[in-house]
Amino acid sequence: MGLADEGLTRRLKALACTAPLHDLDARKAKLDWADATIYQMAEIALHTIDQVTVSMDFDTGADHDQVIARLLPFVALQAPGRTPDEHAKVARWVLDNLINVGTTDRGFRRVYGSIGPGGGYQRRQFDFKLLVELAAPDGEVYLRATDEAINVLVGALDTDVESAQIAAEVKLENLINRGRLADAKLAAEQARYRTVQYGETLRAKLDATRRDVRAVDWEREVPDLLDQALSHIESRFRAENAILKNITASRDETEDLDRKRRAAELVDIVGDCIRRHTRLQSRLADAGAVFRAEQDRQQFSGPPQRATIDLFGQLLMPTLGLPIAQAVAPAESFFHAGAGISPPTVPSLSSLVSLLLRPAPERDQLVGEIPEPELMPADVTDKFGDEQWRLADDLLDLPEVPRRLSGLLEEARRIDPGLPALVALRAVHAYSPEVGAALRLGERQVLLAVDDGTLLEDPEFGGADLLLSSAAVDRHEEEEEVA
Amino acid sequence: MTTNGDVESAARLVSFGMRPKQLPSRDVVYGDLVRRYGEDRAFKQLTHAVAAGLGLMVLEVNLQAGAVLAATDESVFEIKMDSYARQSKIRERRETEKVLHGLVHLATAALGYPRPDDLANDTYIGRVSVEQVDAMVREACRILDERAAEAEANNDPLADAPELEQAWRAYARRPAAAATKDGRLSSDTTRGMVARALRFLADQGFLVQVSGEQGGTYRTTPRYQVQVRELAADAAFDDLLELNVVSVANGGGTLRAAASDTL
Repeated sequence: MGLADEGLTRRLKALACTAPLHDLDARKAKLDWADATIYQMAEIALHTIDQVTVSMDFDTGADHDQVIARLLPFVALQAPGRTPDEHAKVARWVLDNLINVGTTDRGFRRVYGSIGPGGGYQRRQFDFKLLVELAAPDGEVYLRATDEAINVLVGALDTDVESAQIAAEVKLENLINRGRLADAKLAAEQARYRTVQYGETLRAKLDATRRDVRAVDWEREVPDLLDQALSHIESRFRAENAILKNITASRDETEDLDRKRRAAELVDIVGDCIRRHTRLQSRLADAGAVFRAEQDRQQFSGPPQRATIDLFGQLLMPTLGLPIAQAVAPAESFFHAGAGISPPTVPSLSSLVSLLLRPAPERDQLVGEIPEPELMPADVTDKFGDEQWRLADDLLDLPEVPRRLSGLLEEARRIDPGLPALVALRAVHAYSPEVGAALRLGERQVLLAVDDGTLLEDPEFGGADLLLSSAAVDRHEEEEEVA
Repeated sequence: MTTNGDVESAARLVSFGMRPKQLPSRDVVYGDLVRRYGEDRAFKQLTHAVAAGLGLMVLEVNLQAGAVLAATDESVFEIKMDSYARQSKIRERRETEKVLHGLVHLATAALGYPRPDDLANDTYIGRVSVEQVDAMVREACRILDERAAEAEANNDPLADAPELEQAWRAYARRPAAAATKDGRLSSDTTRGMVARALRFLADQGFLVQVSGEQGGTYRTTPRYQVQVRELAADAAFDDLLELNVVSVANGGGTLRAAASDTL
């Protein structure tokens, strides 16, 4: 694999991440519950990712309803004339599509090509998600934006979080000093996204600690991590408080209304950053207590007593690394041997009666998700009326003598100017009649068309002047006979 | 000399083993039979013979776990993966579904007994919860993902050979939770699968629910330890040995958090 190919792959993947957004605009015209062409769906989608991202914190984030509520003002701006109901529906539609509700994996897949080791072209699949649903400790489902989504949103954020943040803060201070508030707002927002990303990384580390004390190096690694995080917060507090003082002053002093508003927005953003840092700091302060509590809970045991298998390292990890086709065998073996036994139930008559009389069991707590298909209104296909069908039936009932299509068209044109088209279509259809279907449906006869090479001379239609005849369906021998 | 009474006692011991929630410490008759099994060699062999005739294997009989039985192949007591991993959607491939369910069970045991010592130590009681099991597998998937990224080769799965996709990708791709219209947890999610596995194991007398925290928290029973140690781990291990993908371990275990290289 050459370097050029990797660059190409990266760009293809980045391109793929934006596809669901374009897709929204492409599909909006097909929605049946509203004329949604007025909405800029990709904008709403970016705004949605925005809203989900800024509400992400340690334990939870916003749930579906909160996100939709925050989206509504933006959606309403795009179409002030529409009803709030429709706005909510549009917001819900965009959110559902960003999660990709209705698929098992709730994600997106793009197939891209790459040059394999042998020089051949290989199609590979790239799976990604934009918004994911996670369960909070209380069981509620909330939303988080994935790295892909954050990259789509702000771009190039997967850099060194800490240095990027310092750079942004310095930039922010400079911008404020020079009075460039629009740029300052952008920088402050970027700083906030980085804060969120930083917190996200720390959350994963603390979670791992909580799962198994022995799994984490509490002698060096974790204390180092906590120290870094604390000093990071300390410096950010200082910087942000300074900035806050600065812009609060400029907010209060300035006469220009627009400038005042922008400064006020900045105050909000920086205030939010400070709140986030406070939360991060309290988490860090708890970390030590978490370790001690877990240490007590996960008691230490003595030296090995007999040789056993290391379930995680020798079974789970190798199995996870296997291709699906090979992983079936160990997964099934483990289940088969580890599931225990199930004595077959043999109901006696007396218990069967009470079994049958028992009230219906409470519904299971788990249920497969019922996808809601997005249906397009069916196109109106009735080009020809019932009367025209009846007339065509009469014309094409030819049990005795076969007739030429030209003659039939002539006759049809005399009866109804719309009729020849139907007759011609049915004649062409009869060129390859569905005898099997006719037999199943219990039809007594089918229309047959034969091309004997004569050309059709007609002002409207061209092609062969077919010979048409009705053929009776012989039910006994399951064959058709040409009359 | 074997009498009818002895056969009846042996059969009764086996039938106690079929009621996984019944324990020798709470039942005098059961306790006596377990003690007799330990002391009377002829009775022990008789019990094994009765079990074998029914299509069962006696894994262990002791006062903590009671009689732990396992079904032999094609026995009426066998639980088939196919009936457990009922397909909820036709779209997903059947094998993927089986692998995911198998992995969930494997992960439950791995979290219940994080180190080989824990599995060997008869007094060890493990704790598992829906949240932890799911998080542990996802963490393992993340480590494998990072390893794959380090390997520098492009190993995204091939589009035309889905069966060659690695198991961790299938797990990582599956959402952890999903909101349904009526507010219940979708069973197609990984948390739904874990919750189902833990409830199933609790019904089998392998776990006991402690609380509803973290999506359901359970502790392991001695019975589960015997089942995993004496049978399940070896069964899966043999398969992996055949595939030549495992290595010899030391006593420390390998369940570790990844080094922090993302900051």
